[in-house]
Amino acid sequence: MATSLGLLLVLTTVITVDNHTDLWLESAWRTALKSDPSPAPALNSNDLAAKGYYLLKAGNCLACHTDRGGPKGAGGRAIETPFGKVYSSNLTPDPRDGLGQWSAQDFWRALHHGKSKDGRLLTPAFPYKHSTLISRDDSNALFAALQTLEPVQNELPIAKPSQSLRWPFASAPALAIWRSLFFKPGTYQDDPTQSKDWNRGAYLVQGLGHCAACHSPRNAWGAWGEVDDLSGGWMQGVNWFAPSLLDDSSTGLASSSLASIVQLLQTGVHDQAQVSGPMAEVVQQSTQHMSEADLMAMALYLQSRAKAYAAVKPPVPLPSLNSSPSLATMSKPNFLSMGRSIYENQCEQCHGANGQGIQGAYPALSRNRAVLLQDPTNLVQSVLYGGYPPATLGNPRPFGMPPFILTLQDKEIAAVLTYIRSQWGNQATEVTPLHVHRVRALQGH
Amino acid sequence: MFECIWIPLRKTLKSVRVWLLAATSSGVVLWGGNALAQGAAFTNTMAERTRACTACHGEQGRAGPDGYYPRLAGKPAGYLLNQLKNFAQGRRHYDLMTRLVEPLSDAYLEEIAKYFSELKIPYPPASQPSARLSPSVLERGKALALKGDASLQVPACVQCHGQALMGNAAHVPGLLGLPLDYLSAQLGAWQTHQRRARAPDCMAQVVARLNSADLIAVATWLSTQNPGRHNQPASLVKPSMPTPNKALSAEWACGSALELSSTGT
Repeated sequence: MATSLGLLLVLTTVITVDNHTDLWLESAWRTALKSDPSPAPALNSNDLAAKGYYLLKAGNCLACHTDRGGPKGAGGRAIETPFGKVYSSNLTPDPRDGLGQWSAQDFWRALHHGKSKDGRLLTPAFPYKHSTLISRDDSNALFAALQTLEPVQNELPIAKPSQSLRWPFASAPALAIWRSLFFKPGTYQDDPTQSKDWNRGAYLVQGLGHCAACHSPRNAWGAWGEVDDLSGGWMQGVNWFAPSLLDDSSTGLASSSLASIVQLLQTGVHDQAQVSGPMAEVVQQSTQHMSEADLMAMALYLQSRAKAYAAVKPPVPLPSLNSSPSLATMSKPNFLSMGRSIYENQCEQCHGANGQGIQGAYPALSRNRAVLLQDPTNLVQSVLYGGYPPATLGNPRPFGMPPFILTLQDKEIAAVLTYIRSQWGNQATEVTPLHVHRVRALQGH
Repeated sequence: MFECIWIPLRKTLKSVRVWLLAATSSGVVLWGGNALAQGAAFTNTMAERTRACTACHGEQGRAGPDGYYPRLAGKPAGYLLNQLKNFAQGRRHYDLMTRLVEPLSDAYLEEIAKYFSELKIPYPPASQPSARLSPSVLERGKALALKGDASLQVPACVQCHGQALMGNAAHVPGLLGLPLDYLSAQLGAWQTHQRRARAPDCMAQVVARLNSADLIAVATWLSTQNPGRHNQPASLVKPSMPTPNKALSAEWACGSALELSSTGT
């Protein structure tokens, strides 16, 4: 009894504080506006919208705000969360269903405070933790671009979070609690010790790019780390692992050249890596459309973070070509020989007898960081579903991998992946049939 | 749903696989066959780029554990491209296809469609009708395919799919050389709105006017017909169209084959 009363008291306080903070911020902001009447736009409306289009790409906004096969920006795409589905909203200028009655100020409030025009608290499926950092100028440009989209009325009303999320996660008190714990409105503050490019990169990665929304671990509240936490995380909704961007042994950002980081974001492939899964969508819809200068700025920022991390926690160096397999896998000769025979029959033709791949077509598996990741989820995904890297301007006709979900059983996939992870210098842990089963089961097949 | 089909088939598959492994290791080309033999050297070609397609579809289409993977070779490029986009845009549903085509650009999908449309690969002999099949089923199927059913206001298959039923360039697929499984699954999918084409969806309207027995009848008859010597899609719809049928008036406009919309009006 006492505990529940205590809990209630804590909840009430939290909600009050949250609402109060928001109210306070809101009034402070209104005062600020009064003293600073909306600044004359430096760009004419066409230029503003053009800038906004670019920023829409940089933020990959329309990927979530467009349903499969649906009209651009009209929302309705289901975002899977641990608490149920959230359907993205209509951002077209339709007055009934979209942002037709919104002002640039309402839009800014949504990005900056995570609140809808009517004051409703938005669910954090909309990454306002990041969008709060977007500058007012960029917010205006984004809004101007959205206002030029074809206005679209949704054939069926888009389900509201209160209808699609399990109770009580979409309720105002639950959202208020979440916000008070994990959200604070703020703008990006330049780090004066860093260069202008570095700050531009940090602004893009932490704000519009919302990289940490996937590349940081989520807690039980579905909240991800700080906006600059890039330590990697499991993406529950789609069941891929977004590797750490800090740890060089995961993604090699500290040891790669800036040019190759740019190349990966621009084309989806470079000498030692290619993007797959959700990152393929990011490259296809977002980063390939960004300017070289912005990509370079992001690469600079990411690399500096990875180097700083390496200074504190030295990365495990890539094994040498002739290092021996780990003892754990050596102890299972039958499992390994099964893996070997599958490799020879199914994989070797493209990935090579020594896992060397084919330059420009099929990735090498030998000493490949993605192959060596502790968590084998992405490898299992790749074998089950195959897939193509994104077709981009720099890699317009990619080679692809067939799905094996229909031809290989869990045990066989585990065996071949264990074999791959223990050969040609690779020294990663075993993949068990349970790993494979889990991925298969979570995909609903 | 998939799991239900998968589990009982696993045993069968296992034995098939053992046999395949034995066959491939002795140099016989089977799994992942097509223009690319096992062990063939890498070539910078479309055949190489479309391994992800032919691994399941094979050269002439292939039965898979969860359904039939239809033949791609020789189908009109516009039809193939429409299907790739239908998967990408949610008008057709098959997770494996959606995942494969999603990261690809329209230009590349077009190139892939064109590549398969230009492949000339012989057709396997059509299956023989089962001895237990009532002749009336075949008759009904044949009538629907060649004449349609005026009382139901259903046009004949040949009106859009070509006199030889081998399709019409660029958007209408051939209907021969496909097994009963696949044909009936597609018609069934239209019936349950699992398969759609761009609106106005003419096939959906045709299927809506037929009952399940009719759909099975026409699929059965089609599956037992051998493609003739002229097994390429007709080059243009208009010249090969029979006397314009009332059923093919404006109401039969096809969003996926715009060339049909103006015919018959």
